[in-house]
Amino acid sequence: MTALLEIRDLHVTVRGQGGEVPAVRGLSFQVDRGQILAVVGESGAGKSLTAQAVLGLLGPSVAMSGSVKFDGRELAGATQAAYRELRGRRLGFVPQDALSVLSPVHPVGEQLALAVRSVQGASRAAAWDVAVRALDRVGIPDASRRARVYPHEYSGGMRQRAVIAMAMVNQPDLIIADEPTTALDPRLQAQILGLLTGLRDESGTAVVLVTHDLAAVAGSADRVLIMYAGREVESGPVDRVLVTPRSPYAVGLLASLKPMPAATTRRLPAIAGAPPRPQSLPPGCAFAPRCPLAVDECRAIEPEPLLYDGRLVACHRAGDVPAAELAELYR
Amino acid sequence: MTGAPLLDVRELTVRYPGRRRRSQPVLAVDRVSFEVRAGETLALVGESGCGKSSTAATVLQLRRPQGGEVRFEGVDLTTLDEPALRGLRPALQPVFQDPYGSLSPRLRIRDAIAEPLRVQGRWDPVTGPARVTELLDLVQLDHSLADRRPHELSGGQCQRVGIARALASEPRLLVLDEPVSALDPSIRAGVMNLLIDLQDELGLGYLFICHDLRLVHQVAHRIAVMQHGRIVESGDTDQIFTSPAAAYTQALLTAVPPLATPADDRPVPRAAPTPSGLPHDLGLRP
Repeated sequence: MTALLEIRDLHVTVRGQGGEVPAVRGLSFQVDRGQILAVVGESGAGKSLTAQAVLGLLGPSVAMSGSVKFDGRELAGATQAAYRELRGRRLGFVPQDALSVLSPVHPVGEQLALAVRSVQGASRAAAWDVAVRALDRVGIPDASRRARVYPHEYSGGMRQRAVIAMAMVNQPDLIIADEPTTALDPRLQAQILGLLTGLRDESGTAVVLVTHDLAAVAGSADRVLIMYAGREVESGPVDRVLVTPRSPYAVGLLASLKPMPAATTRRLPAIAGAPPRPQSLPPGCAFAPRCPLAVDECRAIEPEPLLYDGRLVACHRAGDVPAAELAELYR
Repeated sequence: MTGAPLLDVRELTVRYPGRRRRSQPVLAVDRVSFEVRAGETLALVGESGCGKSSTAATVLQLRRPQGGEVRFEGVDLTTLDEPALRGLRPALQPVFQDPYGSLSPRLRIRDAIAEPLRVQGRWDPVTGPARVTELLDLVQLDHSLADRRPHELSGGQCQRVGIARALASEPRLLVLDEPVSALDPSIRAGVMNLLIDLQDELGLGYLFICHDLRLVHQVAHRIAVMQHGRIVESGDTDQIFTSPAAAYTQALLTAVPPLATPADDRPVPRAAPTPSGLPHDLGLRP
């Protein structure tokens, strides 16, 4: 079976005032049908640009190279006309800010119905029915009435549901959700993530979930790809990467999320320093200046992702530091 | 942590006028009472719209309440006029969520930190610069950053500047409104640890507004849970987490996504193993 989405050696470069900034540096991953992949990283890690590269939404000052294959078809270098054939039909998009995709001057149901008609060529009445059903399916109460009102009359959580309804209304094969829950409080977050997993379970829609929240991933994704400074750090099944992380960065991120055994101190396990700016990356491994395990090799040579213990890890020390020692790193 | 509370809020009530004409006013904060003692962190948790930020704004008297008292060191702030409040404001300082938004893009960091002192008429040109350096040390920022502007700093560094500004006037209470939720995960813990160290060192009281229950569990001494403008439950952190009484608190706690730990032997659903035991969908690179 070929992968639904296959990315090989993706590079994304942003041209700015200070020259070219390498934002994504040689990223490879794939997503199978019906699978939920979480792409996790901090701001500047390159995760949103990766999502935009897949959707053909990169701006004019952004260059990409590498291969992006969707259902066997190469998208790198495709025309906007080709992307328009895919977006909204086979590729759904859920952005962080719901208001950026909902028009303020049309009722929500009309916007959904328009999306249906433009793709499926259905009649007005039939498209309206599909729109109302989509709103109902994402859990908007009293959907037939709410379809008639404007986005500003929706609460934040309802808007994000409406955007998910918009992304799924034409039954795409893949939904790319860029920080879909970041602006929401924990209970709404859990509901929205539950909605995405439910969609996968019922319709087999694959999901790429871009997020900075590792905790959100635990309950909803099958696989996780952790990015740092434009590169892959660790990736694999959620039950491996989140339970026994092998890269020092992932260990550190997870340490700050786990409750401490018998709180003897209020201090949190913390990673020293801050992420590098993409325009001034350190030589070697980008995490080396913050890494408690870094050796000379780390500061000189960028590590490539290699297979360890059922997941890919880009770390020179992955092979020689025992798991028990890793677990104690941020105690 | 004994003696009279630093902050004693009683029956605080905040109403907003209804959005349409003749519509009912919105009761944002409904007879809320709590205390914060010196050296203590009280976390106010709840979902968006529950009234926690309205409570914070009213404690700071950035918004006047419709009822109740905000006693700070025994003085009811709600009875003071603006000039009288100005004398007390240095003692209770806010730290806001958005580290960039709370700094002027035009001010150099050293001027941003000096600004509160200048505004309060406490700037001394002789000792002032040394005080700025001292504040930079206190929030663990390199002195070389003093001549930079906010856009040259990372989010975590900006938030440390925000904390330095709050500390400039030697406050006794900090109102922390989601101080780390806008920061990247790998620097969140560092900024939080800084706040904890400062509290231990300076004996500050913290009113900590936060929706991250994991964080609250680790750092708060006591918790008050808000829903629809009311405090539905409050108590010591351990007690709230081990035996939440209110149904709403239980619901909030279950919304925290479970994070598997090696100690757990929970079966993790989905992600079926492949025959080879190798990752099956990430192309293996040679």
